[in-house]
This record gives sequence, C-alpha cells and structure tokens, in this order.
Amino acid sequence: MTTHALADIKIVEFGGYAAGPHIGKVLANFGATVVHVESRARPDGFRLQYPPFQDGKPGVNSSGCFAHFNDSKLGITLDLKNEQGMALARRLVDWSDVVIENMRPGVMARIGLGYDVLATTNPGLVMLSTCNMGQTGPRADTPGFGSQLTALAGMCNLTGFPDGPPMLLYGPYIDYIASTLGASAVLAALERRRRTGQGACIDVSQYECGLMFLAGSLFEYHRSGTIAQRCGNADPAAAPHGAYPARDGGWIALSCWSDAEFASLCRVTGQAELADDIRYATLAARQANAAALDVALAAWTGAQDAATAAERLQAAGVHAHPVSSVANLFDDPQLDQRGLWRRRPHDVFGEQTCCFPAFDLSDTPGEITCAAPLLGEHTERVFRQLLGMSAKDVAAHEAAGAFD
Amino acid sequence: MLGGIAVLDATDRLGWLAGRVLADLGADVTKLEAPGADVADAEWRALNVNKTLVELDFERAADCERFDALAADSDILLATPVAGTAAARACDYARLASRHPRLIVVAITPFGLAGPKAGWRASDIELMAAGGAMSLAGEPGKTPLRVSAPQAYAWTGAQAAVGALVAFHHRAASGRGQQVDVSAQAAVITALSHAPAFVSVQGHTPTRAGAYMTGRSVTGARFRVFWPCRDGYINFILYGGVAGRRTNEQLVAWMRARGAELGALASIDWEKWSPTGVTQDEVDAIEAPIASFLAGIGKREFLDEGHRREMLGYPVANVADTASDAQLAARGFWQDIPGPDGRTERHCGSFAIVDGERLALRAGGAPVTPTRQVKRT
Repeated sequence: MTTHALADIKIVEFGGYAAGPHIGKVLANFGATVVHVESRARPDGFRLQYPPFQDGKPGVNSSGCFAHFNDSKLGITLDLKNEQGMALARRLVDWSDVVIENMRPGVMARIGLGYDVLATTNPGLVMLSTCNMGQTGPRADTPGFGSQLTALAGMCNLTGFPDGPPMLLYGPYIDYIASTLGASAVLAALERRRRTGQGACIDVSQYECGLMFLAGSLFEYHRSGTIAQRCGNADPAAAPHGAYPARDGGWIALSCWSDAEFASLCRVTGQAELADDIRYATLAARQANAAALDVALAAWTGAQDAATAAERLQAAGVHAHPVSSVANLFDDPQLDQRGLWRRRPHDVFGEQTCCFPAFDLSDTPGEITCAAPLLGEHTERVFRQLLGMSAKDVAAHEAAGAFD
Repeated sequence: MLGGIAVLDATDRLGWLAGRVLADLGADVTKLEAPGADVADAEWRALNVNKTLVELDFERAADCERFDALAADSDILLATPVAGTAAARACDYARLASRHPRLIVVAITPFGLAGPKAGWRASDIELMAAGGAMSLAGEPGKTPLRVSAPQAYAWTGAQAAVGALVAFHHRAASGRGQQVDVSAQAAVITALSHAPAFVSVQGHTPTRAGAYMTGRSVTGARFRVFWPCRDGYINFILYGGVAGRRTNEQLVAWMRARGAELGALASIDWEKWSPTGVTQDEVDAIEAPIASFLAGIGKREFLDEGHRREMLGYPVANVADTASDAQLAARGFWQDIPGPDGRTERHCGSFAIVDGERLALRAGGAPVTPTRQVKRT
C-alpha cells in the first residue's frame, strides 16, 4: 500500500461553501484526515443553496456543488451552541494539527474557538482563517461572496470587449485562488512546526490572494499609471491570438508568437500567401490588420472540426486547442490519462464523479478516497474511532443534543 | 515559515508564481534566467520579486555545470521543461534523482508529462480553452473569452507550489525527494468551481451567460450581475439566504431613502424569497427598479455605502481603484522596495499574514553570482 504524503496530518474544518473546504479537499486528496464540521440546523451552505441537485430537488445530501469540494473527507455534525457540542469541538481541535475556517472575522472567537483560546490547549495548532477582506482593516467585517469579490479584485473588468460591458467569470472564481494559496500556507506552517514546535495563526484575505493573479497589471499601474483594459482575446505579444468558430459548432483557440509560427499557420490553413502579405508581415502589422486576418482564419476554421483543426495546427508547431466545453472535459483523452475524474460510490448519486487536483506525485501519488460525506455521516466514527470515545459516551452526547 | 529551504526556479512564465508563493512563505528562491531575458517586463518583475536572480544559459556546457551545482544545494527545483531542449535535459528528474535523491523536482507543463497532448504547445489562451474556462466567459453563443490579463499561468503556479510542499512534507518523513507532475490544463479546471458537477449530476453543460449568472435557479432563470453605474459598473446579485435577505432589505431601504421607485421590490418578503425557484419574469420585474437606481450611483459610493449597510456586492474595479483601496493600505498589502535601477517599485506584498505579520519582500531582479549556502533540514 502506498503511503500518502500527508497521512500524518489531521485537519478540522469549520465553515462551508468554497474557500475553506477546497483547502481541505486538496490536502485530503494527498492523505490528510479532514473532518468537515457542520450542524444539522445549519448545514454547509453549499448543500442547499446552489444547484445542481440530484433529480433537480434540493436536499442536504443531493447537492453536486457540495460534493464537488468535499470528497475524501469525514463529515460530522456538532451544535456549537450546545455546551457539550462545544466541548467536543474543543476536543476535536486538540486532536488536530490544523483548523481551517472561513467564517466572517470574529465569529470563531465569539463562539469560543478563536486561535488564542485554541492554542492554549494545542500550542502547535496551525489555524488558517480565510474570508473576503482578511481579519483586519476598515472593511474586514464586510460580508461577501467570491463571485462578487472577483469583480472587486479586477478580473471582471478585464474580461470582455473594449466597447462592451465586463463579463462574468464562473462562480466564486477568487475563492479558489485563495484556497490554493491557502493550502501552501498551511503546509508551510506545518513545516515550521516540524522544526520548531511553533503553531501559526494564518490570515488569508481572498481579495489579496486574487490580486496576486493580477500582480503584473498592478505593478504596471504603479510603475507607469497604465490602467489595464479588457481587450477581448487580443494579446500585446502575439497575433493572431483568439478564438475562431469551427464547423462542428465549437471554437478553436490559437495563437502565433513569432513570424515563423504564423508562416506555419498559413501553410496548414492553405493560405500560404498570407505569410507573404505585407499586411501580416510582422506582429505589429498583424495586430493592425487583425480584423481582416481573423476573417481569413475563420474561413478555414469554419470548415474544420475544432479537434481536427487543433491537431493539424499542433502537428505544425502552432499553439492551438479546442475551446472545451465543461462536458468535453469528461471526454478529454489527456485528462483521462491523468485520471482527473474519479468515480466513487455515493448513496444519493449512485456514483459521484470527483475531480483530482492538477498535480500528482511520482512516489506517493494522491487519491480520491471516497465521495463527499452525507450530513453527519461520520459523527459516530470520528468521535469513537478517532477520538476514542465510548459508545455510551457518544450516546449520552447525542441525547444531550451535542450532535444537532 | 519556509526559512532555510532552498528553491531553484528554472521556470518560464508558466511557473513564475510557484516560486513567488514559496518565496512569500519564506523560502530562499533562486531564479534562473538566460542572459538577455526581459526582466523589465511587468509580469516578470511582479512574480519574480522576492527571488535572487542568477543568469544561466542552458545552451552553454559551463552553465549546465553551474546548474548542477545549484541543484545539489537545493531542496526543490521548479521547472517548465519543453521536450528536446537543453533546459529540459538538465532538469530531467531521472538524471537529477540519481545524483540528488533528496531533490524534489516540480515539472510544470501545459498538459502534463505524459499522455496524448504531453507535447502540445499552449499559451494562456489555449490553456484557458483546454481547461473549459473560456466556454464559461463571454456572451451566450458568441466568442468565448479569456481574461485579458493571463490567468492560466497563475493557476498553474499556485497549484505547483502546493505540489512542491506536499512532496516536501513527505520528504521530512522519508528522506527522499520525488517528482511532482503539474498540468496547467488541469489547474485551470480549478477555476470552473462546481460547473463540472452540473454535467455529472444532471447531464447539463453550463455555458457562458455574459453579464448574467445562471445555475442558481432550478427554473433556469438568469440573474443580472453587472449594472451600469455613473462611472462604470457595479457587481450586484440577488441572493437568497440570511446574507441575501439583509442585502436586499438594505438595498430597498437605501432606494427608499433616496426616493427611488421600488416597483415590484415594494411587495417582496425577503425572509421568504429564494432564488432557487423563481421564474425569469419574476426576476426581471425585481431587477428593473434596481437597474434604474444603480445607474445613478458611483463605484466608490457603492463600495462605501454597501459596507456601511453590510450589503453584498462590489464595484467592478480597475487597477486604479485597487491601488487606492483603503482596505489594502490598512493591511500593508503594498510593499515598496528598490528596483535594480534604484527606483522604488511598488509590489503586491506576500499573500498571507502569519502571526500578525506580513513577511517582507526581498528586493530582486539584479543578477548575482550564486554563492548560496544551503542549510539542509
């Protein structure tokens, strides 16, 4: 049996939706034991507030959205307003190496689960708090969802055509930037703890993390005052550079980063004369005459299936790929080779199709160990097997409402 | 937190953010660039700050020897191997592992090291296409769009940093390095949120919805996201749940205070209202008076009043708006450090605050002779 790289790490998640749980999922996929804490009265918001649902019917255990971010975890319920439920939460934290939370700033402290308190009984605890604005600052208390924060961070302003409105990016785009960077922060803190025994209190602002993805544009603004603008699919360093309609109703994205690459493109498309056309002889010329060039290219792509066109262009050394639909991703042979989609049994879906992370390790590969948990599915297992409570003790806590 | 960890960064732009993330977390990152590389480029400067620059040309035998010496003293190598190149041969995991069994080699490529597309060429637009993201941005039925500031490289670098640290964690127990295979295409899929679940659960393929949000109502109703305002656009969406109720109540209160026409808003019980089951006609009737109101509001006014009223929603900011945001200044997000020409450069600071402090960036960008001594852990 392969030892998973993070098999020695125990994580407890408080909160829900995307930004916190996605961190736990990625680390779980490489062996961490991750306990996702909810309550029966207030389950994870992704369980009921967002489609898709099995058979189109909202239900706590039929949410594809929740399932997508919570595979490979243990799911429990605790009533943190119940004295015994809170006591169990403290025991759980004491058992853990890492706490991840994405509630509004101050909520964890107010309910008795702030870092200062938790560290008194678990001084090596790594606690990561992630929210829109971070834990401090004049707008720290601002409520917000990632789909809108993406607009504040600047990505939406940079999507669309110059003469048109900004465009939406799908879902809480920025949340996953923060969760991915947050996963690195957790691992770094564990490394410091390994060397020093010291825990860490990590404050991750989803806003600030998102800005790292626009760091170049922000740097240029500070340097020269240039305000980056949306420009469709154009690029200052490549031409042609865009998406072109294909015969099969799809689109193909392609780009040429040198005059030689453009010449290759022209040969493949049977338009070798374009390479000698003075209107397209240089990058600047191709950009100046982009509209006419796009018409010429679209005439070729429109007679090709997107996949065939991409293969022919790639064979000639031209950057190209079909614009994959989300459905196409499930049939992509490259993603299949990487085992990106892994199916696991699920009581409601029958099978959940889980998404593996974008990287894997040669000697200690990751795994999707199980589908997302049903609400409270592992409460007894966690407290009996992981925390060592007796059946009688668990039953008493259940009767006292600790697991509501 | 990663103090004493030596990272050798031999990446092109597909991997720059990986080294930046590790440097922001305290690692000692050495960035290799060929002589003549454009280190004045804004993207280069922004993502390679906090690293030490060393000029190295893999085409020269002597520099390959220098590379091997640097690798010998490194814990993590970040590479973006392009098959058939001298750099790829130098960064080959099998070759390096035989000499340095503790070295972690993070191989970052557009599609992964193996598979039918392993050798395919892809820049940001092809990766955003391959990862499905372009299918979800743009007007319905019209040209799929990427973000005008490249995102695929950043998604990839962010994932690569996680992979590097997962392998590093294991090395602490095993004493051995290993290879991390990072696919940029797969990294972009992270950006799709739960869109794949629509396919697997319902057999429905999400598509681009322009300036509207879909996927929230079982009736298929779409909700406006971008609203023209006095000096640009505002991002506002009708949400349900506890947070949505408060926002919607506060918006109506704000509109009422300004004497705005409420229309269908006047009769809604936000405690009972949910986006999950509403029809398009119902959505349109609610949104009409909101559009009229927001058309007269400015971006900064919406940000300030929205905060005061604890409302969900933000202005659609540009980089100038971001640069002047008091929230970022208050948290010390911007860091000014001297550039290689002596002029002050303003950078995004390190991305996390740890134990109350944001780790300071170290100036980078001027080539140095490698004299690093690495303390092994």
